[in-house]
Amino acid sequence: MKIFRIGFAVVVLAGLGVAGWLFLRGGQPSVPRSASQVDAAALKDPALIAKGAYLTLVGDCASCHTGQGGARFAGGRVVGTPFGDIPAPNLTPDRETGLGEWSFEAFRQALHDGVDRNGQFLYPAFPYTSYTKVSREDALAIFAYLQSLAPVHQAAKQPGLGFPYNVRNTLKAWRALYFREGEYVADDTKSPEWNRGAYLVQGLGHCNECHVERDAFGGMRSDQSLSGGQIPVQNWYAPDLSTQANGGLAGWSAQDIVDLLKTGQSAKGTAFGPMAEVVSRSTQHMNEADLKAVATYLQSLPARPRVSYQPSPLDTKPILDQGAKVYAERCADCHGRQGEGVAGVYPPLRGNSSVNEPTGINAIRVVLLGGFAPATQGNPRPYSMPPFAQQLNDSDVAAVVTYIRQSWGNDAPLVQERDVIKYRHTPID
Amino acid sequence: MNRAQLCQARRVCSAVLLIAAIALAGAVHAQAAANDPPHVPDTLKQRIASCTACHGERGEGTPDSGFFPRLAGKPAGYLARQLKDFQDGLRKYGPMEYTTRYLTPAYMREIAEYFAAQEVPYARSPMPRIAADALKRGEELATKGDPSRQIPPCAACHGTQLTGVQPDVPGLVGLPYDYLSSQLGSWRTRTRATVAPDCMAEIANRLSVDDISAVSAWLAGRELPADMHAQPAGSITPPLHCGVLSAEARP
Repeated sequence: MKIFRIGFAVVVLAGLGVAGWLFLRGGQPSVPRSASQVDAAALKDPALIAKGAYLTLVGDCASCHTGQGGARFAGGRVVGTPFGDIPAPNLTPDRETGLGEWSFEAFRQALHDGVDRNGQFLYPAFPYTSYTKVSREDALAIFAYLQSLAPVHQAAKQPGLGFPYNVRNTLKAWRALYFREGEYVADDTKSPEWNRGAYLVQGLGHCNECHVERDAFGGMRSDQSLSGGQIPVQNWYAPDLSTQANGGLAGWSAQDIVDLLKTGQSAKGTAFGPMAEVVSRSTQHMNEADLKAVATYLQSLPARPRVSYQPSPLDTKPILDQGAKVYAERCADCHGRQGEGVAGVYPPLRGNSSVNEPTGINAIRVVLLGGFAPATQGNPRPYSMPPFAQQLNDSDVAAVVTYIRQSWGNDAPLVQERDVIKYRHTPID
Repeated sequence: MNRAQLCQARRVCSAVLLIAAIALAGAVHAQAAANDPPHVPDTLKQRIASCTACHGERGEGTPDSGFFPRLAGKPAGYLARQLKDFQDGLRKYGPMEYTTRYLTPAYMREIAEYFAAQEVPYARSPMPRIAADALKRGEELATKGDPSRQIPPCAACHGTQLTGVQPDVPGLVGLPYDYLSSQLGSWRTRTRATVAPDCMAEIANRLSVDDISAVSAWLAGRELPADMHAQPAGSITPPLHCGVLSAEARP
């Protein structure tokens, strides 16, 4: 009997071991460069390389894969996440530290499956959750372009992740919950332009990586795409992108969207913070047809449910009076008494998605930091806003932000001094 | 009502009407002003409100505290280089890194030229209490250097009058003690750096802490020459090979 029981225990343990190994083992190594099915000569095609160069701009690859002031695509920027710091690696064809030894198949596996050439899972700070939708031929063009760059010898830093996040195989569980592998599949009921827009927005553009709320595990809600969310660590709010009723971009025309992406500003708002970077490094370089396709797709996002905020239990009148006074003294000269802005120069605050977003982060930080609209080909000498961090105290910032969020038809919750204190000390990256 | 009274009444009525008309016109005018979009001048000064909020409309800085540096009259090449260094993270200061992040080289150049062209009188700043022999040491460092520690004199690069050299070398006289000493300190702590070879980082690291106080105090307290403009380009031969002085490093 006893021997029976021991035997049973051994079988159960072995079974658990096998299940655990199956569950936690990594991905499959890819084919080495020497065994690649892609002809090395094909990668030298100038038209393919040019196409790849354009696609890396659409994908904004250089933004993460370039250190501040460093060589383009040589890696070095550290992406901060709630789980730790993840440094972006070198994409130049250096044989030791870059993609010099990678086959196209390995590159495609990274982009499409989030698995590196040795079979290790990649951290989803690399947005393969979106890039999986990129077509094989576009991936080939991107690879051809990256391989055409001058190699730069620069090793990636080690990720700054604590246990258990430093065990890459734990990503298997994350992937089971949040990752659906698969190229973009065209919707035949929609126009080619809509499909192109959807492909760019959902895939290479990886817009949803910021413009949706992430949960405690850093996963994105699949049923609420592009409905807006707070960007973890960076602490900016990426607004809802619906142009329909109650959407963050309600009332934006296709031209407004194209203008913002092309020049950094539109009649409805100006790009700042992380979006200024996206415009500066990516979307201003996109061609007119692709920008229009993006606008067409975004305009098809559904209307959103109306959100009614709980009225504040505080007596807001003194706050609004204080805010109105600060506004008249500091803001009205540029943004207008009615928050109407100045066309082509200063953004309107009335109906502005970044003023009305749920958290108040954007308005608080813009008041504190000021800054320039991104300098682009379409707006090479942008106007700017003074930083008020040195001139306004926390109470004045909270009051003026509350005032603009609750005036001229704007209807967003008040912000408090403690919010201002918090974001005053958020690092600028 | 006699004729005189009638006249009087008419005059009163006209006056009342006139006042009412003026008041009405005023109200209409005020209404229009409230609804008029703000008038925005199409000038560089207006565009760079983000800079002038701290550094002053003409780049005068805050000489009392020394916290926001003066920009007025500094050579344009130098100012453009500083903007680029903030953008590249070589100089570390969050608000400046944020502000310069998405500017183009051409726009940074234009902004640099705006401040370089400003003629603003130099204000004197508060001086620390410093011993006479320390001031003497400061003068020695500025004018003769310290060959035993391979410290060239400030004047070798920053001009015989220490008013700078076009287009890349800033003047040192007329700047606050707090500003000068904190810059030398930040080269040592690597919160201020520039393109290699970074001469000033080398020199700052050869200076002792006392040297930094001494030379900053002497520079800050020095009588200002009548002409504060930077010397013409090419009028110095720098004793060190400096990245910022080579044409290819120019932003």
